[in-house]
Amino acid sequence: MKQQIMTILENKKIAKDIMKMVLAGDTSSLTKPGQFINIKLEGKYLRRPISVCDYDDKTVTIIYKIVGSGTEQMAKMKDNETLDILVGLGNGFDISYSGNNPVVIGGGVGIPPMYSVCKELIKKGAEVTAILGFNSADDVFYKEEFEALGAKVYITTADGSMGKKGFVTDVLKDLTYSYFFTCGPMPMFKAIEQTATTSGQYSFEERMGCGFGACMGCSCKTKYGNKRICKDGPVLIREEIIW
Amino acid sequence: MVNTKVNLCGLEIDNPVIPASGTFGFGYEFAELYDINCLGTFSFKGTTRDARFGNPTPRIAECEAGMINAVGLQNPGVEKVISEELPKLYRCFNKPVMANVSGFSVEDYAYTCEKLDAVDKIGWFEVNVSCPNVHGGGMSFGTSPEAAAEVTKAVKKVTKKPVIIKLSPNVTDIVSIAKACEEAGADGISMINTLLGMRIDLKTKKPIIANKMGGFSGPAIKPVALRMVYQVYDAVKIPIVGMGGISTAEDVIEMMLAGATAVEIGAANLIDPFVCRDIINNLPNVMKKYGIKDLKDIIGGAH
Repeated sequence: MKQQIMTILENKKIAKDIMKMVLAGDTSSLTKPGQFINIKLEGKYLRRPISVCDYDDKTVTIIYKIVGSGTEQMAKMKDNETLDILVGLGNGFDISYSGNNPVVIGGGVGIPPMYSVCKELIKKGAEVTAILGFNSADDVFYKEEFEALGAKVYITTADGSMGKKGFVTDVLKDLTYSYFFTCGPMPMFKAIEQTATTSGQYSFEERMGCGFGACMGCSCKTKYGNKRICKDGPVLIREEIIW
Repeated sequence: MVNTKVNLCGLEIDNPVIPASGTFGFGYEFAELYDINCLGTFSFKGTTRDARFGNPTPRIAECEAGMINAVGLQNPGVEKVISEELPKLYRCFNKPVMANVSGFSVEDYAYTCEKLDAVDKIGWFEVNVSCPNVHGGGMSFGTSPEAAAEVTKAVKKVTKKPVIIKLSPNVTDIVSIAKACEEAGADGISMINTLLGMRIDLKTKKPIIANKMGGFSGPAIKPVALRMVYQVYDAVKIPIVGMGGISTAEDVIEMMLAGATAVEIGAANLIDPFVCRDIINNLPNVMKKYGIKDLKDIIGGAH
């Protein structure tokens, strides 16, 4: 983990209430897809933990939904403004377990971390299927970006306005795959848990205090003992999770 | 040169900056970030007789200039603290450490302190009679002078190390409780624990925290902490460890002027993991700015 001041290179709307922000700075503490950063905002006491969508040597891309006053404040920020950020938090996904044809499953703002998972999996030669679930066509983002990586992409919308009508599991149930990686809301996780036929990894969300393992604010019980979502997670493997 | 050394209950510490229990784990997480030997000491994660998972999540809610937590004393229990956590701590910290202890009965407190008393590196006990987040224990011992005195006596019987009693602000008269602890043999008072608080989510129309309420800390509570430390300083002769919203070197000096011999820093560690190191580095500059040569000279200076 590193604390640093990062500079906004881009901050734009990409779907309804969904913003993409690109930040420049030292990214050396990011080592795995599925890690997150923790952003200090002027006038807000706690930092905002946001998952990393993509990163390279000099930049980090995050995609966030405007859900409250903190993310509203972020959405108003302009290029070249700076943010105090803790970079490189959380364990991230372990993609060494993927097999040859893994599936990545994202729901809503759970989709961004799946982008770098997909990218790394394809880089190591896997044939990746991506299932991206949204409520409605207005909410859809990153379909083309996943396709550009070389993934086979399925879109589902709850109202049927784009792709398959229904939920990610309506696609998942008819697929064959070697492993799964997922991030999204809890009802989606529970449906995946009922549907999935292989092992996999889930990335969890929880209200956090610090984001780096100090406060025990985000603890959960697992089959292998207590874990902190921020430090020992956010990614847990299917076999250890107590639902 | 300025002097930042203070004497806390018979042990000299290099500076009065002490990360507060529950915001610094057992130190080794922070040792990955900086050399924690710069600290005066630190108060480790509240330890109980038996292992505790703590409360359900969400355990954290943000507030204006602060936060609420309801962790509920999650810890692996005293045996595992001694066998697993403290050895990891000693690899990165070579000063005496403050052992923070909680309990659900007078016997619990005595049992846990007796076990920890055998550990050489423990310099002080900080006995938490003020946790607002556990039912049937913690704070209930800190809300009456008699119960606080009873815990103090029980702990004093099992250790010769200095015993500091950590008091709750959620009481009518904190001064009478501090005096009762002093009369019962306490070597110091630390104060204040968090203020019982609450936040409600407008979307769900329910409390944000699963435990419904929790302990409010952060800069918003600093004036309350200063006032209480000031009052208790007038009433007791034993040293006070002041805490509540301290985030800067200026805050440290303000708390010492109110009557604190040393200070603890809690919530600020969670926002800025380097805050204690930065305060320690900045303290001499701020002392010079306000014409302070020796921190010992300003303890209770506002009286």
